[in-house]
Amino acid sequence: MTSAPGIVAVVLVTVATLAIGTWGLRFSRTTSDFFVASRSVRPGLNASAIGGEYLSAASFLGIAGLVLVFGADMLWYPVGWTAGYLVLLVLVAAPLRRSGAYTLPDFAEARLGSRRVRSLCSALVVGIGWLYLLPQFQGAGVTLAATIGAPPWLGAVIVAAVVLINVTSGGMRSITFVQAFQYWLKLTALLVPACVLLAVWVGDGAPNPADAATPGDAFWSLPLGDGGGQGLYVTYSLIVATFLGTMGLPHVVVRFYTNPDGRAARRTTLVVLGLLGVFYLLPPVYGALGRLYAPDHATGASDTLVLELPRLMVPGLGGELLTGMVTAGAFAAFLSTSSGLTIAVAGVLSQDVASRRLSGITAFRVAGVAAVVVPCAVAIAAPDVGVARTVGLAFAVAASTFCPLLLLGIWWRGLTAAGAVAGLLVGGIGSGAAVGWTLLTSATTGWAAVLLGQPAAWSVPAALATMVVVSRATRSRIPAHAGRFMVRLHTPEAVDLER
Amino acid sequence: MSDAGRPVRVRVTGPPRRRASGVRPTASREIDADSELGAVYMSSLLGEQLRLAAGVLVALVLTVGVLPLVFHLFPHLSDLRLLGVPAPWLLLGVLAYPWLLVLGWVYVRRAEANERDFAALVTDDPDAP
Repeated sequence: MTSAPGIVAVVLVTVATLAIGTWGLRFSRTTSDFFVASRSVRPGLNASAIGGEYLSAASFLGIAGLVLVFGADMLWYPVGWTAGYLVLLVLVAAPLRRSGAYTLPDFAEARLGSRRVRSLCSALVVGIGWLYLLPQFQGAGVTLAATIGAPPWLGAVIVAAVVLINVTSGGMRSITFVQAFQYWLKLTALLVPACVLLAVWVGDGAPNPADAATPGDAFWSLPLGDGGGQGLYVTYSLIVATFLGTMGLPHVVVRFYTNPDGRAARRTTLVVLGLLGVFYLLPPVYGALGRLYAPDHATGASDTLVLELPRLMVPGLGGELLTGMVTAGAFAAFLSTSSGLTIAVAGVLSQDVASRRLSGITAFRVAGVAAVVVPCAVAIAAPDVGVARTVGLAFAVAASTFCPLLLLGIWWRGLTAAGAVAGLLVGGIGSGAAVGWTLLTSATTGWAAVLLGQPAAWSVPAALATMVVVSRATRSRIPAHAGRFMVRLHTPEAVDLER
Repeated sequence: MSDAGRPVRVRVTGPPRRRASGVRPTASREIDADSELGAVYMSSLLGEQLRLAAGVLVALVLTVGVLPLVFHLFPHLSDLRLLGVPAPWLLLGVLAYPWLLVLGWVYVRRAEANERDFAALVTDDPDAP
């Protein structure tokens, strides 16, 4: 196995990322540039950046492997990850931008006027961010181990170092250019090999993947083939987690503050819907072709299917070049998602912890180091925590905490600080306990395991109901400025009003 | 020379361009004052936007959200094929994405129209952005 194209690909992506980050540095001057690119990013560029940041290791490598192993059920992941943006668009996008806050804790404090809510939100942002960063670093290790035979810790360290250099030197402004570039890189890196592989498949006259007898069961092409009631619950719980969790992911939300105004925030989200839809057409192609050409991946290393398939289907130099291409795309996926998460976590850490002692940009840099080092160390120390499962659980926690807070905070004047705290605790502890239980045990049968393994379907309604009930009970403490804040959230900027 | 021959100095001004009281139109002042009338304007905008959002989400649930149930109740759906692709794969793997984009596009158009109507209402200016 030659590894030259893989090494070249990783080096090229790293150099390009650093170069674009340095170029973006010329535009990065103020603290506002660091946090929100001075709120001046146009919809086209911003949508590419959001797409680049959102398409993580789970999208680039995970879906194809899951489709290969479990079949049509797994198509719900990409559909849910895209539909999450539609839900975000109709309920949250414009008001969130108009709130004028930097981060989720800023929003919570501005809306409810409570330091307690702010601290709780900060802790949740850091927790969700670290939970989501962990699989990115692990995935980088797996990828480098599979393509160039490097030790697993090396990938994690490279990704962490590049992210750290970019984020601490240029902040949000330079990261916007880097991530916009990485969306198009990822799309190309998956599209070109997919076209070649489909041509090879047609040329071979090979059978329809849906008819292939090996290796799985008869239910492969059939969603919910053998799940019964539990399968139905798992699918619907997954739908709740992905549809509602997207709006609560810290690295997604922080991007909306970089739009010039609420109208631009909506248009950006619409473009994102298009970009994600195009990208998500591709991973199932790899999964289906893998069923014919790489059936042995279904019982084990399914995460490396996208990386190995070109070599298995196209012999010689062509296959090596295509492998280099998908490796580059995978590496871009780790870099961009971890950059976005690091910005979000560092933004919160620097405002709530570091800024007490340090000033503006220095605080942001120190916080950036903390944001990266902790999950990177965990990824190296515990490389065996399930990658795809951690990402799914991060969505469930986000859906159970920030989704109710945003929904009620934006659309219901009656939300109180006490209600928000109670709801965040119920959702956070409920889904958090399920996360812990799932990561520590391996049982996957029986209703208890199903309910804890996919908690969103019960933890989201529980958190929402708690917020409403406690807010009603404490309605004398509705913040005095709630009405004025509603005006700010919902009226177009062009109308001259006191906000 | 006496002062008598000199004309009295007069300040020349044009007709007032705006009413002296109320540089800003009435409706937006009502909202700023958080009066009952202002609250009516605000709740009409909020209700309009929330109804629109709910409509889009109901459409999403009725089209995409019911699919697991449909697949559960009619497992033979995957025998249905177009160019060799089973129907569930076509629905989830391909058609779902343009449909989400259509829903988003309809929403953005209507939401911007609602905001234009609101701006025209509170500024008394039919050409308001």
